Amino acid sequence: MGFINDFAQKVKETVAGGTQVQKVTCKKCGHEDSAYKLIENYYICPECGYHFRLGAKERLDLVCDKNSFHELFTGLTSIDFLHFPGYYEKLEKARKTTGEEDAVTCGIATIAGNEFAVFVMDSKFIMASMGSVVGEKITRLFEYATEHKMPVVGFTASGGARMQEGVISLMQMAKVSGAVKNHSNAGLLYITVLTDPTTGGVTASFAMQGDIILSEPAALIGFAGRRVVEQTTKSQLPDNFQSAEFLLEHGFVDAIVPRRELRDTLAELLHMHKRSV
Amino acid sequence: MDSYEKLKTARKNGRPTGGAYIREIFEFPIELHGDRRYGEDLAIMAGLAYLEKRPVTFIAMEKGTDLQSRVARNFGCPKPEGYRKALRLMKQAEKFHRPVICFVDTLGAYPGADAEERGQGQAIAESIMEMMGLRTPVISVVIGEGGSGGALALASANKVFILEHAVYSVISPEGCASILWKESTTENVAKAADCLHITAQDMKNFGVAEDIVTEDFEHFPKMCKELRRQLVFAVDELSGMTEKQLLAQRYERFRRFGIFAERAN
Repeated sequence: MGFINDFAQKVKETVAGGTQVQKVTCKKCGHEDSAYKLIENYYICPECGYHFRLGAKERLDLVCDKNSFHELFTGLTSIDFLHFPGYYEKLEKARKTTGEEDAVTCGIATIAGNEFAVFVMDSKFIMASMGSVVGEKITRLFEYATEHKMPVVGFTASGGARMQEGVISLMQMAKVSGAVKNHSNAGLLYITVLTDPTTGGVTASFAMQGDIILSEPAALIGFAGRRVVEQTTKSQLPDNFQSAEFLLEHGFVDAIVPRRELRDTLAELLHMHKRSV
Repeated sequence: MDSYEKLKTARKNGRPTGGAYIREIFEFPIELHGDRRYGEDLAIMAGLAYLEKRPVTFIAMEKGTDLQSRVARNFGCPKPEGYRKALRLMKQAEKFHRPVICFVDTLGAYPGADAEERGQGQAIAESIMEMMGLRTPVISVVIGEGGSGGALALASANKVFILEHAVYSVISPEGCASILWKESTTENVAKAADCLHITAQDMKNFGVAEDIVTEDFEHFPKMCKELRRQLVFAVDELSGMTEKQLLAQRYERFRRFGIFAERAN
């Protein structure tokens, strides 16, 4: 497995060292457990059910058939074309800590033999904000899927548009949406899996454009940030505000699927939409 | 004017708002209300009118012109029902083969708890996606502030014009400043406005806007006459296209946005 986030890095060292005693702390309930046990538990806290955030490779490992993932559209990297304060350093740091080129990984894979195109956003990379590279790769994926008549499954996570790329990042919302629309018009299936956190311009574009919108439990999903909403509304928000459960209650999510059931659910959905069935 | 002065100018009270353009540019405007799902959002003023004898659908963000109307119109910050009304009328325009003309002027989509509950993100997402596939010409004019996704929801168009001192941005300079430097002091906001590249001239350079509209609010009817001429020209050009060409033009318009490096594989 290719591990990329901080947590997983620890796990990797633990497993490599053969000690298996390294403790990881759940950021939600404070429960301590061995890293090894956590991996076995799909990166879910055995105590409170908190779903740890995953890197792209871990996500793909959990969902796709073994060795079925074939990555597409590599070699695209962001440029600090506005000379935006701190952007260059942020990019450097994110590339170093994640080992990824940018905040999204795209490719094709199978689940239980069902072929599909997939993108996975990685919140460890500048909060998976959407700049030119993210927009371009996802657009290419939809164009590829349209051409090859394939369904798309997208795992979203994002802080929103990448402000360091100014209005060009905003334009990515329309660019990707255009590609999603063409894919949809071709009668093809698009499933989004909203993961923690999916916010801002990504929520206001391709995260909410799926034919079927699934979510992981307790994921934060919203358009405006909680603090901004609080300031605007000048009232206390319920604890579950902008949670997956809140969205389900208000009719904006089709189903909340626990991580250990996700693979089977996706396999079934993909199978049901196979044209030869 | 620097970016910050432009920002202040774009937001200035007394600057003509959406309704003023509707009244000046079109003939016989008939306003149509409601999203048929939840309610009516006065932050968006929409309906039918003639653009030099051509029936069109107009959709304008309206900030209000005095305190009372500003409150009633939620300061031009649309809620989901506003975007759903706009989309309903765009689909209607498609059905009757009318061009759609949008006027964009908002700080952003309303970030209130009620808007979140009713799916602000979903409403914008749907509007953008459906606009990208709309089988009728769409032209948007940014007349004041083009605030983020809430603006793009009415600007996923075949052509975008922007007023000389209007701005268009992915995030408000205040929001940007508070993320970058924790405090949105005047100095920080000015710096953020500069970094974000939000001016009409920037939009022209990026290709985000096709044309800049010269402002002359002292002679507003004259200015609108010129804008009307530009709109008629654009509508006629787009109306001459086949549906396929029209959709391809819009797709290509947005497809080219993106500045990045690509390593040959």
